[in-house]
Amino acid sequence: MSEGILIRGGRLIDPANGIDGQLDLLLEDGRVAAIGEGLDAQGARVIDAAGRVVAPGFIDMHCHLRDPGLEYKEDIVSGTRAAARGGFTGVCCMPNTKPVNDSAAVTRYIIEKAETKGSGVHVYPVGAISKGLEGVEMAEIGRMKAAGIVAISDDGRPVVNSNLLRLAMQYADHFGVFIMSHSEDKNLVGDGVMNEGYMSTKLGLPGITRAAEEVMIARDILVAEAEGKRIHLCHVSTRGGVQLVREAKARGVRVTAETTPHYIGATEDWVAGYDGNCRVNPPLREEADRLACIAGLVDGTLDAIATDHAPHHEDEKRVEFHLAASGISGFETAFSICHTELVKKGYMTLPRLIELMSAQPARLLGVPGGSLAVGAPADAVILDPEREITVDASKFKSKGHNTPFDGRTYTGAVCATIVGGRVIDQEDC
Amino acid sequence: MSAEHGKGYNVNLRRKDLLGLDGVSREEITAILDTALMMRQVVRSANKKTSHLQGKSIVTLFYENSTRTRMSFELASKYMSAAAANISASASSVAKGETLIDTGVTLDQMGTDVIIIRHPMSGAPSLLARHVKASVINAGDGMNEHPTQALLDMLTMREHLGSLEGIKVAICGDVMHSRVARSNIYGLTSMGASVVLCAPPTLIPVQIERLGCTVAPTIEDACEGADVVMGLRIQRERQQKGLFPSVAEYCDNWEITPERVALAKKHALVMHPGPMNRGVEIASSAADGPQSVITQQVESGVAVRMALLYMLTRREG
Repeated sequence: MSEGILIRGGRLIDPANGIDGQLDLLLEDGRVAAIGEGLDAQGARVIDAAGRVVAPGFIDMHCHLRDPGLEYKEDIVSGTRAAARGGFTGVCCMPNTKPVNDSAAVTRYIIEKAETKGSGVHVYPVGAISKGLEGVEMAEIGRMKAAGIVAISDDGRPVVNSNLLRLAMQYADHFGVFIMSHSEDKNLVGDGVMNEGYMSTKLGLPGITRAAEEVMIARDILVAEAEGKRIHLCHVSTRGGVQLVREAKARGVRVTAETTPHYIGATEDWVAGYDGNCRVNPPLREEADRLACIAGLVDGTLDAIATDHAPHHEDEKRVEFHLAASGISGFETAFSICHTELVKKGYMTLPRLIELMSAQPARLLGVPGGSLAVGAPADAVILDPEREITVDASKFKSKGHNTPFDGRTYTGAVCATIVGGRVIDQEDC
Repeated sequence: MSAEHGKGYNVNLRRKDLLGLDGVSREEITAILDTALMMRQVVRSANKKTSHLQGKSIVTLFYENSTRTRMSFELASKYMSAAAANISASASSVAKGETLIDTGVTLDQMGTDVIIIRHPMSGAPSLLARHVKASVINAGDGMNEHPTQALLDMLTMREHLGSLEGIKVAICGDVMHSRVARSNIYGLTSMGASVVLCAPPTLIPVQIERLGCTVAPTIEDACEGADVVMGLRIQRERQQKGLFPSVAEYCDNWEITPERVALAKKHALVMHPGPMNRGVEIASSAADGPQSVITQQVESGVAVRMALLYMLTRREG
């Protein structure tokens, strides 16, 4: 195996094991070999992490790698490189590819391409709930599970038929697969292109009521509650959505939820100017929603931060707002935005943020990682929490340069990403 | 003449484009209206030819149908000796064909001085303006703004009422989908007028009050003591989309009728940007009644557009 790595002199933060201190980390044979003060290099390559933070690699529960079929937006090579730049050592890619990942063959293609051509970041495919994401017949969940999916979702489209959702919940549970729900009532969305509120009125853009998300979150929770099964809610963006999850958890419903850096770091105000890079689904909401998402992360109502990395070609964004594709290229800005908005602004500690980006998603997904215990996979990230960075989308490793955060300055940077004891991304470290 | 007249002529607009009246100052609006007053003399004269735009080229780029707006821009250009050309594009070709930015850059390369754009999608003129050297005038974008309509409305009101300061304007009809409403709210409130809206609740956009207007519970409340009662077109498809149950019920509750106009001030004006749906948002008896200035709005339109074209093309000196 590769030579060992000793990461020396950093602040080691490993929330899963309650560790936060000035500790060295020795990685050998793809595993964590030792943690301690003043560890001997024993011939290992030494990385000086003085002034830096060493943490378990981030795990992204929700991204779009666009491969197969939409490689002009992103492919598994560029996507996993971008993930590595963002400090991610594992990512879950959604099934809305061409063809849809609704079969073991597509699942195997994704895993094999990631293993042979990817940056080293682990790729965990999410299979479709329904064949072709059409919301009619269940996809072959058992076969996809055998091929390597970790969850199912019709992401990008809601499962309109509540009975299909119920049956899929029952059936998938047999295979140890859970549903990640894109909660959206299309009738309430109508022809909306941004949040319904003051800004939609001011800009004359058709609005999307928060109820479009909340109605389906409530539906999803109630079906899961009745069935006693698990449901995970994707990209929660509204105050009402957060509250529904909070209340459901208090009743003991097996519900978990994520939010994204853009719901923490941007609001509908950003749409002024009609920049297509601000078009995303669910849409950027109001300040009260942003604060509710933050509060949800702080009190544990929301379990994890996921990027919903959704790369698009520039041509799909440099158009009228109505025509712009929905989505934000999110891997490479996730930590900087979250660290600035959540830690620097005093809402939570850095260990809590790291937990939300690593240990928590690993636990929800049941995948390795999210821990730096001795014997755990040598998947780690080195962070510089004090470094100021100005987002330059033109330098993204992702093919998708679509971000409303371009040109903005944040505090906190990813210095290096290590997977299986191998440095797969390193910048100024 | 009131104090707001007469100061503006010969004031330059310090802007490349006119994308809306949001953020346009009282001084700028006054300057445009004062210039338009001069231009109206040209429209009314026997020899409708000036050299204000000699050597300038003006293109109308319309992605939506229009009769009066397009025609009045074209005539305004021609009365002032500009080279004027028209491009029609169906909304569907936007999605399928050349991008708006590419079209704009092409027009720029042909030496166009002013591009007048109408587009079904809000924000399209601002996208275009960011990518062309030519001045861009918004001739209506989606549900956002239609600034020249509001300017011609204000010119008409000012002529009849003397001043816009302190007047009450009731706007009744499909506020939700109306770019005319938004531009009038911005323009009129800048000029010191108050705007009150009235429509079925399903046609009132959320938090519209934050734009500086109020919403009246009934059309009677809206008309009460108003100086202007303005109707907005109700498209039949709004009923089909379930925004109100029937035209008959709409008329019972929101149609502008002579009885409702009678609640306004004695001298109150009846206005409508056109095209009208007679017997829906406005009764013919109100539209054609003695207080109606709907036909004069059209004349004001040519004058306002002449003023704007002149002021925008001479900004470079």
